[in-house]
Amino acid sequence: MRNSEKMFQFFTIAHAFLVDIYRATYYGEITIFSYVQYMLTQLRINNLHVKVDEKEILHGIDLSIQQGEVHALMGPNGSGKSTLSLALFGHPRYHITQGSIFISEQDITTLAPHKRAHLGLFLTFQSPQAIPGVTISTFLKQAINAKRRAQQPAQPSLKIREYRDILQNTMNELQMPPEFADRYLNSGFSGGERKKSEILQMALLQPTIVVLDEIDSGLDVDALRIVCEHINRLRKKQQMGILIITHYPRILSYIKPDYVHVLMDGRIVTSGTYTLAHQIETRGYEQVTARL
Amino acid sequence: MNTSPIFSGLNRETFEHKNSTTYTKKAKRGLSEELVCHISSQKKEPQWMLNIRLQGLREFQKKPLPTWGPNLSSLRLHDIIYYATPDELVEENRSWDEVPADIKKTFERLGIPEAEKKMLAGVGAQYESETVYHRLKTEWEKQGVIFEDMDVALQKYPDLVKKYFMTMCVPINDHKFAALHAAVWSGGTFLYVPKEVHIRQPLQAYFRMNAKNMGQFEHTLLILEEGADAHYIEGCSAPKYGADSLHAGCVEIFVHKNARMRYSSVENWSSDTYNLNTKRAIVMENAHMEWVGGNMGSGVTMLYPCSVLLGKRAHAEHLGIAFAGSGQIQDTGAKVFHSASDTTSNVMMKSISKDGGKSIYRGLIQVAPHAKNIVANSTCDALILDDHSHSDTIPQMNIQNNTASITHEASAGSISEEDIFYLQTRGLSYDEATSMAVNGFIEPIVKQLPLEYAVEMNRLIELEMEGSVG
Repeated sequence: MRNSEKMFQFFTIAHAFLVDIYRATYYGEITIFSYVQYMLTQLRINNLHVKVDEKEILHGIDLSIQQGEVHALMGPNGSGKSTLSLALFGHPRYHITQGSIFISEQDITTLAPHKRAHLGLFLTFQSPQAIPGVTISTFLKQAINAKRRAQQPAQPSLKIREYRDILQNTMNELQMPPEFADRYLNSGFSGGERKKSEILQMALLQPTIVVLDEIDSGLDVDALRIVCEHINRLRKKQQMGILIITHYPRILSYIKPDYVHVLMDGRIVTSGTYTLAHQIETRGYEQVTARL
Repeated sequence: MNTSPIFSGLNRETFEHKNSTTYTKKAKRGLSEELVCHISSQKKEPQWMLNIRLQGLREFQKKPLPTWGPNLSSLRLHDIIYYATPDELVEENRSWDEVPADIKKTFERLGIPEAEKKMLAGVGAQYESETVYHRLKTEWEKQGVIFEDMDVALQKYPDLVKKYFMTMCVPINDHKFAALHAAVWSGGTFLYVPKEVHIRQPLQAYFRMNAKNMGQFEHTLLILEEGADAHYIEGCSAPKYGADSLHAGCVEIFVHKNARMRYSSVENWSSDTYNLNTKRAIVMENAHMEWVGGNMGSGVTMLYPCSVLLGKRAHAEHLGIAFAGSGQIQDTGAKVFHSASDTTSNVMMKSISKDGGKSIYRGLIQVAPHAKNIVANSTCDALILDDHSHSDTIPQMNIQNNTASITHEASAGSISEEDIFYLQTRGLSYDEATSMAVNGFIEPIVKQLPLEYAVEMNRLIELEMEGSVG
């Protein structure tokens, strides 16, 4: 190998390394100490009871998700799956009457929704709201800056240029056309575009624990596969812990869960490994749970 | 170009009547023939202008208050200072240190440069845009463009002014406050753009806002000759200390054949002001008139920019935002007279009501019997941010030719809890999420504003939404 080639190789590696560090500093992950904290993020749900409109929907849920793990919460319609996801984020109509939610050591049971987001929690919505007049780009810039401020108050806001670079790079990775960022958030989006918008937000906000609420709904097989590939990549890159909430087991062949829980009538009736999902796929909820 | 000082009177309470006693020392209150003659002789006006003023006074005294719209009975017309010469307008030499902290904070949040902040706060520093203005003025003069203070224009171009001033567009006897305006008008803007001259840079009245005695009864007269093209921006300055309680300006616009005019304005009077403004454009064949307006301040606003489409294929575009906060009534809208065939109009209005504010859209679309193939569309969207605020839509249509195609869409609603929650889960606080959604709501109109106005508009919404947790 000639000297110039060696030099080139060296610079390429050095450059990649520096870019990594550069990116890491954006999100306040640069110190070893905070990296360790980042590794330890855990979502713990203890004996959670949730009421909606005076009716109790969840009757004591216990669930614990560590960063890096994939959990699937399966259950038929009306079993309380979405109630759990919305209650986890502090939706004002979902009242927690008993029990608690923790992120690592912090009790977030009554914390405002945006503060939960700042602690690394992220929810993909079954049908994300459309916000006309607000471009994806404007929205994400403010969201990223809000999180940065919350994590390190002294940190200045992203400069327009820095933000633009991060946004463009991320969209490239997700194979999204640049114009996508100029569209109004979820406004006039197809089902697939809405899910893509959710993935883009997830990629930029870099959560540690993600709840995917029926991400498979409204997607055809090919679209689902692509969305799942992106999630898998982000999962590796960001070491995310994932809770997949789903009705159909199909998504679980794309994102393999370490644990599967079955929710029936507001209670987790059984938990197991991936094979449990298989049993549900072949025999249905009723048969699987009837044995219990 | 600097950001314009338009939305600076956010914490209005602190602005208002701070200095009213110093105002009352010299200038006279109330209206009389003597005062009208005094104004005219002070300004060394020609006899015909004095006649207009006196006719205005007679019409004003004769005409009753409007019987529709917001209640004006508490407007104490005899207690208003209608005219004051600059030396009568006592302006204390206030120092920057005396300006209340929350006003300073508002200025900072809006990102207004230091020099402007001082001017806005009534500290009275000279604003440095004057040099910029002079450079542009020389450039325009080469093309035959006249851009002057209205009083100056009357002296320098009496024939032009005489031809257009309250003759064909807004007649003196149009309504009570147009008549009042004729009687006591002072200052304002005169713009004349010759044939086929296109002015790329927006003309900003703001350049000339150093004059102390401006803004109460100002007259704006804009004339675009055939094929001309211009954009005029009027950003009403921040509410001043000791602001007067009545604003009755008048805007007359002539858009001749094939010309294009865009008039943008943002009005932000202090909240004890009655803003009873008259704005009208005469639009000739194949000409294009665009109104872009934002109404933020005032206690009571009655303002309905009007386009009279007199030539075939003339087009009018009316875009507006009204913001009604605590104690405010924004009675605004648009009027379009389709008086020639193949004329088209498009009205898009958005209103926001909050903290008990009331916003009313009042619209009129009129199609003359001989006007064929009219297309008129209007859309009104109202956002009501809490349950003690109000919104009304009163569209009136008078269609006398059955080839017309008229549409009207109206919607009213609040920001959905689900929208806010969605944005919150992305890390925005309740207030941040709300202002984002509100800014999204007005975006279709804000994006038509010049950038610096748009930025200020968005910041204003953010400030207004702070602490608005419902």
